[in-house]
Amino acid sequence: MQITLTVNGTEYTRDVEPRMLLVHFIRDELLLRGTHWGCDTSNCGTCTLWVDGEPVKSCTMLAVMADGRAIRTVEGLANGAELDPIQQGFIECHGLQCGFCTPGMMMTGRWLLDNNPNPSEGEIRECISGQICRCTGYKNIVSAIQWAAEHPATSEVTS
Amino acid sequence: MTAVEEVPLSPAGNPIGFGSMKRVEDARFVRGQGNYVDDVNLPGMLHSAILRSPHAHARIVSIDKSAAEALPGVVLVITGEMLAGVPRPSLLGDNFAWMPTLSYDTQAVLATDKVRFQGQEVAFVIAESKYIARDALELIDVEYDVLDAVMDAKKAMDPGAPVIRDDKGQTDNSITDVHGNQSWESGNAEATAAAIAAAEADPNCVVVTEQILYPRVHPAPMETCGSVAELNPVTGQLTLYTTSQAPHAHRTVYAMVAGLPEQKIRVISPDIGGGFGNKVGVYPGYVLSIVGSLLTGKPVKWMEDRSENLMSTSFARDYHMKATIAATREGKILAVDVDVLADHGAFNGVAQPTNYPAGFFHIFSGSYDYPNAHCKVTPVYTNKAPGGVAYACSFRITEAAYVIERVVDCLAAELQMDPAELRLKNLIAADKFPYMSPTGWEYDSGEYEKTMRLAMEIAGYDELRREQAEKRAKGEYMGIGISFFTEGVGAGPRKTMDILGLGMADGIELRVHPTGKAVLRLSVQSQGQAHETTFAQIVSHELGIPPEDIDVVHGDTDQTPFGLGTYGSRSTPVSGAAASVVARKVRERAKIVAAAALECSPDDLEWELGRWYVKGDKERGKTIQEIALLSHSSLELPEGIEGHLDATAVYNPPNLTYPYGCYICVVDVDVLTGQVKVRRFIAVDDCGVRINPMVVEGQVHGGLADGIGMALMELIAFDEDGNCLGGSFMDYLLPTAMECPDYELGETVTPSPHHPIGAKGVGESATVGSPAAVVNAVIDAISPFGVRHADMPLTPANVWRAIQGRPMRTDMAVE
Repeated sequence: MQITLTVNGTEYTRDVEPRMLLVHFIRDELLLRGTHWGCDTSNCGTCTLWVDGEPVKSCTMLAVMADGRAIRTVEGLANGAELDPIQQGFIECHGLQCGFCTPGMMMTGRWLLDNNPNPSEGEIRECISGQICRCTGYKNIVSAIQWAAEHPATSEVTS
Repeated sequence: MTAVEEVPLSPAGNPIGFGSMKRVEDARFVRGQGNYVDDVNLPGMLHSAILRSPHAHARIVSIDKSAAEALPGVVLVITGEMLAGVPRPSLLGDNFAWMPTLSYDTQAVLATDKVRFQGQEVAFVIAESKYIARDALELIDVEYDVLDAVMDAKKAMDPGAPVIRDDKGQTDNSITDVHGNQSWESGNAEATAAAIAAAEADPNCVVVTEQILYPRVHPAPMETCGSVAELNPVTGQLTLYTTSQAPHAHRTVYAMVAGLPEQKIRVISPDIGGGFGNKVGVYPGYVLSIVGSLLTGKPVKWMEDRSENLMSTSFARDYHMKATIAATREGKILAVDVDVLADHGAFNGVAQPTNYPAGFFHIFSGSYDYPNAHCKVTPVYTNKAPGGVAYACSFRITEAAYVIERVVDCLAAELQMDPAELRLKNLIAADKFPYMSPTGWEYDSGEYEKTMRLAMEIAGYDELRREQAEKRAKGEYMGIGISFFTEGVGAGPRKTMDILGLGMADGIELRVHPTGKAVLRLSVQSQGQAHETTFAQIVSHELGIPPEDIDVVHGDTDQTPFGLGTYGSRSTPVSGAAASVVARKVRERAKIVAAAALECSPDDLEWELGRWYVKGDKERGKTIQEIALLSHSSLELPEGIEGHLDATAVYNPPNLTYPYGCYICVVDVDVLTGQVKVRRFIAVDDCGVRINPMVVEGQVHGGLADGIGMALMELIAFDEDGNCLGGSFMDYLLPTAMECPDYELGETVTPSPHHPIGAKGVGESATVGSPAAVVNAVIDAISPFGVRHADMPLTPANVWRAIQGRPMRTDMAVE
């Protein structure tokens, strides 16, 4: 099937097998390897990206379901050389170690702050509770999102 | 309190030496620019999938792969029978169907005769895409003759039990190590038995025995295991991109397995998405990608899915422990004896130093000063996945720390003594270090009581006990759990420690370029531990070169010297020491160059951070950067001095290092549902000198989450038919941000006396120390119901049943 979708502001048209998962399409067809894959059961959340402004585990969607939609991935967070505050927060607060869950965590964190600029610790924990990190024990991920909340971007980054 | 002396800052604002510093690695990771194995794509690369056994124990009658081979896009379907026909002129065996394990056992690459655990590798499909490879698995028809399975380690040695390893001519399920032993002992059996017998006969003493299980769990790093093999048919060069915590050790094993010349093998571990021991073992999938490339002439990628990861790669623990502790009624510990039944699965694939088949379990004697201790560990084969290396194991120290800290709490309950008071009465005193343990381990340094009192102070221990008493009076159940652990890490002295004959010393190489910038080449392999940052800090500390001017190279055997890799918290104790030693060699070379330039004797020079200067004339000196350029210049150097500052070193540790800590966990238990809420977690670690405190704290946070997960949620259990009940993240529960509290950390700093910078290693401390704290807290909470022990994981169901007085085995789906 032919699909046309926008990823990080760029339009792509591709022929895909109807059964291809969105995460595989993003990684293997568009070669955007910042979105990772970590489980077979949609539990780990490392493949989280945005579809039309909402965070989605991209292993739960077929690529054909994204036809006509706007996708944002970790590669679309920074504005050129300028990091998004959520990216800076993860650096400032040691919110990552092996880096594998990090793109998904940042996509969820960015979405939370866009919808709730001053979340409580409990709201942050609940928001990332569909995603697993094995390295950080979550404390510094929470701190990283809090840092980003305290340092909002000066210019809006388009999705 | 801070362990770090004030150090000058570099132009980039980084500490020149030790101190918290943001990580070099983060720049690529936050941009999604990491390079993990699944991100590797080579021209013409083929994909693969493994057909796995649905049975725990079955004889293979026939395999029909014709339909799979006929599927368009399928390139090759490999079976064990085919592998048996591929000769290899290697040191270990004569064909590819079997490979050596890290414990001198054999493991099937693809099953030829029988399958021996559910999920075992049966066939390997190579295809043009991963979707086609998966399709082909469905088309392979395997006829099995299903056999009775051995799922309960306690029944493995029963007369008439099915024999798993008939391939080796065995008649039972015992495991014999390379030394010919079928069980492994440490300590003094006679003295310990006599001390326990004397205590039993003495009305002023007590003896407590408890059956304690450390169930099978899995490291489950977020990135599963995988590899991309490219064997050039013309040059014979093999390049293997792989998820390996030990690239050099793996290269040597592949040379042995594949019979390839070692110099023709290049192992590249790019970014590794977490390891925790899971990526120490050599798995059939890695070997199959190599064989696949050999047979197709093209690069072959293998990436396991999550279920394959949980069901077939390295598990951890599975120790059934019977612990006996004897003490006076005043609470002075007299003796501890531990008898262990160790479930090793179908192939003995543990990765322990050869002379230590039970790893460093000997450290079960713990942090207490008493004369008599003994343990005996008896391993058996079962129809479960092989492994046993994994999950921040510190070579079985996790099991050891858990059993002693659990049984000490059982003793406290028997004595009706506060568990903190009991521990304080028995901790090894500061003036006893170096301390020779009753099992013969020399603990290098420690101020245990200071660390414990700090943890109690942060926790507000006395206040917590008051709160607990008030709540109990109201029918609310909170628990306070303490754990005091000592680890022995940094394996190890090569005289006594090797894996597959490879001594555990680490090489290192430091180059200083003419402009004073440096490159450090490491054998150890970061899986998130920030080596690119912290190892630069070690060199910076020794030479005064800003850390941002030092690049750290790792993860490529062609670019780094030999060493045994990263596991057992060995990177800082071994390679960290090597980094210090090699930098000091450079400093001494720099001294000679500086003396030539300053026209004085090297003996007239003194060092300050980043600079040699003339004694008594501080203005007269040369910075390390100036010396680097001079070392490459036409400056005339003394006879026999070649110039340049580059140096290499091999570090052979004189002893293990012994990090320790005191952890206190506070839980609230809903006794109607069995639900446990971890309210607080206090962790005071002493890992010696801290290179980068921010990174150390991050390591501790992660380990605490691991410990909470194992204590409350994680389990690889089986039913009697051999079905793995923890084979997906739907079943194998990992802690999320909701289950983890906001950790409260503290630190004491007791440098290791034998480590060049006094560091001890911390990667596994929290994983080792925290499970006992959580379990002790839960048992403390429900002790009014007469519960003295319950096994992990303390799920709501297991807690509820313990309260009802009907505990069940957590490792088997049976009552």
